[in-house]
Amino acid sequence: MKKLTKITALIIASSALLVGCGKSGASSSTSSSSEASGKITVVGSTALQPLVEKAAENYQADNSKVSITVQGGGSGTGLSQVQSGAVTIGNSDIFAEQQSGIKADKLVDHKVAVVGMAPVVNKDAGVKNVTMSQLRDIFTGKITNWKEVGGKDESIVLINRPEGSGTRATFEAAVMDGKSAKKSQEQDSNGTVQKMVAQTPGAISYLAFSYVKSTIQELSIDGVKPTDENVTNNKWKIWSYEHMYTKGQPNKVTKQFLKYMKSDKVQSGLVKDLGYISISQMKVQKDANNKVTSN
Amino acid sequence: MDPIKEKIQSNSRETRQDLFGKIITYACITLIVLVVLSIFIFVASKGMATFFVNKANFWDFLSGKNWNPSMLDSNGKPMLGALPMITGSFGVTILAVLFATPFAIGTALYMTEIASGKGERILQSVIELLVGIPSVVYGFIGLSVIVPFVRNYIGGSGYGILSGSFVLFVMVLPTVTSMTVDSLRAVPRFYKEASLALGATKWQTIYKVILRSSTSGILTAIIFGMARAFGEALAVQMVIGNAAVMPTGLLSSASTLTSVLTMGIGNTVMGTVANNALWSLALILLLMSLFFNIIVRLIGRKGRM
Repeated sequence: MKKLTKITALIIASSALLVGCGKSGASSSTSSSSEASGKITVVGSTALQPLVEKAAENYQADNSKVSITVQGGGSGTGLSQVQSGAVTIGNSDIFAEQQSGIKADKLVDHKVAVVGMAPVVNKDAGVKNVTMSQLRDIFTGKITNWKEVGGKDESIVLINRPEGSGTRATFEAAVMDGKSAKKSQEQDSNGTVQKMVAQTPGAISYLAFSYVKSTIQELSIDGVKPTDENVTNNKWKIWSYEHMYTKGQPNKVTKQFLKYMKSDKVQSGLVKDLGYISISQMKVQKDANNKVTSN
Repeated sequence: MDPIKEKIQSNSRETRQDLFGKIITYACITLIVLVVLSIFIFVASKGMATFFVNKANFWDFLSGKNWNPSMLDSNGKPMLGALPMITGSFGVTILAVLFATPFAIGTALYMTEIASGKGERILQSVIELLVGIPSVVYGFIGLSVIVPFVRNYIGGSGYGILSGSFVLFVMVLPTVTSMTVDSLRAVPRFYKEASLALGATKWQTIYKVILRSSTSGILTAIIFGMARAFGEALAVQMVIGNAAVMPTGLLSSASTLTSVLTMGIGNTVMGTVANNALWSLALILLLMSLFFNIIVRLIGRKGRM
């Protein structure tokens, strides 16, 4: 009996400890969204992460009272975390409207950059240009050998991105025309895809411009080259915005940081250096339904 | 009151120390048990939601071959067939352990029965070194060395169950080896001496006495190796190809429970079917590790008898 009461007392004590931990955690997160302490937590898209990390570093150097934490986790994580209020800003490669389970009207979109994506192939394939319908047929599995599109007699190895990733959503919206891609290899990181395409004969995948290196061959589509210039006037169709979402209107500190992200200093400096395209250069706009209108 | 009586009846410093120590250990235990329980409850509730909230059929989940959580099939139900991943996970695990076990037993025998003190120490540190290498490094080596090797000398694109099990082979080897060493060392000295005294050679002693009497320990080592292989995510993900289709052979792209989980979890939103389906995969993983643990227990109990 005595032992039992002791154990109960212990359980109560340790659960009190747990509750204490929970409380301190909660209080720190509420303070992060209140403006006085100047804490900003940014979570989400790994494609946008390097830009925000660098920008946050520079911003904190000038504003020592503001502390910004940047984490990856993926676009889905970013959107769901900002929707639940766990973080201040959720980074996403896709529009909130395009993600299932997200109530887009509760979130405010801040577009900070544009990313172009290009189909890339192993150098061995001997192909430099395809038509849009050929590209689609390759990814649906209709074309299975490079000789069918003027390359070597080599079978095509598809490397796709995981279902639900921002890069894949962008690529499919621009290329697949509502058809679904053939089930194939999937890889979730740009770096791995780059390495795989470089060393697997016959491989094809797609990458953000900044990851296209000389070890792999980028493809032109219908004679249009994947360049920043062609993205700004929508001649090159495979591109997307990088979004930073806030839940409702941002507070003062967050607003200032977002303003900094869109400022000329970042847009013409960091954004370019890291291989993104500045939002101010865009001559067209795209909405959540992939409708493109010129500015 | 009489001071002596008071002193005897009140708690001494040592008693209080004793109590203090007890409280600390009990608090730690309770905390850990609570953490384990809450993890279990969390994963289970999330994983069950697929079947209770999204109304997926449990049997279809285990036996279906079509994995595409964000799409609906002709009956309007999400396509949640986890069989390709389950097959992939078991495929790499069993193959890896099949490759690793002979090497592990051989190394362990050398270390306990044949090597001199110096050889044993060197091998010991080599094995410990293997444990310390992070799995992403194994994955990268797999991607740069094993995948091209398989492609050039065995066939296929290089990505597949075979490459996955080659990588896992190196990863489970230290686990299986060091546990086998422990169980070989636990064989009583007089077994060996009796065998040698009867005129048995070293090989006969190893084969007929030492290995036989440590069978349950070696089995435990193998199961632990399987548990390690089953739960490994990153290294396998880099070489297996991650295609959520039924593997048609050892050389075609496949996927494992863990690889689908790590790729998908960042791209789905909490509470959606796609997310719940991933939690169901996590639940399977958890149940499998529980299963491995129970087997180890059973083997241990049998070994004692």
